[in-house]
Amino acid sequence: MTMTSTTPAPTPAPTPAATPAGTVAPSPGAATLASLVAGLLDGRIRVVDLTQTLAPEFPQIVLPPEMGQCLPFRIEEISRYDDRGPGWYWNNFSCGEHTGTHFDAPVHWISGRDLPDNAVDTVPVQRLIGPACVIDCSREAAADADFLLTKAFVLDWESKHGRIPPRAWVLMRTDWSRRTDPVEYQNFDETGQHTPGPDAEVARFLVEERDVLGFGSEAIGTDAGQGFHQRPPYPCHYYMHGAGRYGLQCLTNLDLLPPTGAVVIAPPLKIRQGSGSPLRVLALVPGA
Amino acid sequence: MSAPLTRPRRKNPVLATRMPTLPPGGRSRAALGLTAAAAEGRFALQTCAECGTVQYPPREACHRCLSVRLPWRTQDGAGQLLAHTQLHHSNDLFFRERLPWRLGMVRLDAGATVVAHLHGDVPGAPARVRVGAMLDRAGQAVLVAMPDKETPNMSDDRQLREMTCDPRFRKALVTDGKTALGQAVARALVQAGADIVWVGQAEPWKKLPGFDELLALPQVTAVALDVTDSRSVTELAGEIGGKVDIVVNTAEYHRATGIGARVGVETARSEMDVNYFGLLRLAQAFGPALRARAADGQSSACAWVNLLSIFALANFPAHGTFSASKAAALSLSQCLRAEMRPQGVRVVNVFPGPIDDEWNQLLPPPKLAPATLAGAVVKALRDGVEDVYPGDVAQEWLERWRDNPKALEREIAG
Repeated sequence: MTMTSTTPAPTPAPTPAATPAGTVAPSPGAATLASLVAGLLDGRIRVVDLTQTLAPEFPQIVLPPEMGQCLPFRIEEISRYDDRGPGWYWNNFSCGEHTGTHFDAPVHWISGRDLPDNAVDTVPVQRLIGPACVIDCSREAAADADFLLTKAFVLDWESKHGRIPPRAWVLMRTDWSRRTDPVEYQNFDETGQHTPGPDAEVARFLVEERDVLGFGSEAIGTDAGQGFHQRPPYPCHYYMHGAGRYGLQCLTNLDLLPPTGAVVIAPPLKIRQGSGSPLRVLALVPGA
Repeated sequence: MSAPLTRPRRKNPVLATRMPTLPPGGRSRAALGLTAAAAEGRFALQTCAECGTVQYPPREACHRCLSVRLPWRTQDGAGQLLAHTQLHHSNDLFFRERLPWRLGMVRLDAGATVVAHLHGDVPGAPARVRVGAMLDRAGQAVLVAMPDKETPNMSDDRQLREMTCDPRFRKALVTDGKTALGQAVARALVQAGADIVWVGQAEPWKKLPGFDELLALPQVTAVALDVTDSRSVTELAGEIGGKVDIVVNTAEYHRATGIGARVGVETARSEMDVNYFGLLRLAQAFGPALRARAADGQSSACAWVNLLSIFALANFPAHGTFSASKAAALSLSQCLRAEMRPQGVRVVNVFPGPIDDEWNQLLPPPKLAPATLAGAVVKALRDGVEDVYPGDVAQEWLERWRDNPKALEREIAG
């Protein structure tokens, strides 16, 4: 439907009414969407891609080798304008649900296994678009790969940027995505992985006292590399998913987002009873 | 003594690379018995079960008593050189390019008289010699008369090298250099005189003990290679495929489970992806390059080694899905062998019993030390064999399997 006018109808009506000019008066929602589209067109709203490219060499989570493993991204050519298919190019790809930039649904964790609407196919779609609070921990993560985000750190952030609103993504900016060498990105030594993440207290605080939509990180998991040694183990997974909240990991370009005011669009693939899914994460941010 | 092998000069890029030719490869079914034994490094001849005659060439019946009961018996090959000659002309393309060529007639102590290729250190007739059966570039058994006693640089003999795949001054790729076995193979190749050993490295963020020390060897270079990633395989083939003379495929995924002990197929899929599809990807990417350089001078491309498992012959239920993946790899390697043989590139299958590693932790000894297995790989290349069953377990399984595969199936199932 084409809008010919953005002027609201003089008197609100329960159903769209014909205006004298013969057009339908836009509802407030329609006006908002029209404004959004206009903003995207004229640059008042910019779109930032928070997604890592799916490629075979992008690392996947490492578990002890006797355990079941999440498959990395793999791609095999079906044909490329050749004898296998003369006029077309296409591939088959395979990967785990938790490969590359991906979404974690509550059912991923044992603490969230009995919740309603806990899988990627049943997550309410209304929650797949939401505001984002970006907490900049890049200096701290550069100084300490095992940096843990604490409640005090978040409260300090709130003192500058305001209270985290309900149903917002909290994205932990660490600039970890700038580590383009997979060895640096994974950052293993004999004691395991060393990547930043939240501590147990802040994970619980964000769920119980800030009612967040979920937690997002730049590293391979929402939990820190040494998260297995926290109490409980992997606290971010435990508390977030236990309360029906979500996770986003392997994000990039968080440095392009404002501390507040961005809107994240993060719909996972609709995999039946899926525990997560690779996805394209986009952020809408105010233009200059 | 043979002239010691020296490092070949760099190839003149102006000249065309010689295309591979093969010696005559046709054999009767009876004669393939000689090839079957030579493939394992044995010299066997038909020995009549009725009259005891040892006969050569192989036939359908005993030439003395016409019995058809002609079991193959391993020979020690001792004999007397009766006559020798040197070919200076041949219309056969393979020999024409390799003239002059020494041949001789040997009376074996066991009775038969054979025509054999003559090692350069065998003096003129009469002389004591030791005859062995070796695979030639066509992959068929031929007889080679060697000096009675070891001579200096014996393996460097020009004619003998047409049968072998000595790593000396050659360049090798070890597809997974991170495991204990991969590291041992790389070290053994370096010790055997390989010029360059590229070692594949998948998932570089996973550090395994010993790998950094291996890379400290000047001949060893790590390369990114993940055999589950087609692009990684083709990229590496594009980078070094034209230089690799020997591929040793050590990449392996091994988990110790049967069907019932592990829910789902993901572990088995990973085993197939590495052990079977990994070989397929490698063969598609590196096979053509090796074939094209199979006659490229002294350090020609010459061999492809697959680390299989004795469990490829008969399923070991405790490691059931692994066994199945190795059986698949064995079948595919037979296809690879068939496709590499027209250019004379040898495909060597190694069938070890359990290796002393973490995935065989619960199996009782004897278990093969990685260094022992690596030594067997190098020996196979030097001897020019194509089927290797290293260690006591492999030897015993092989014997039982050949005797009665059904019995072995039942015995293993317990």
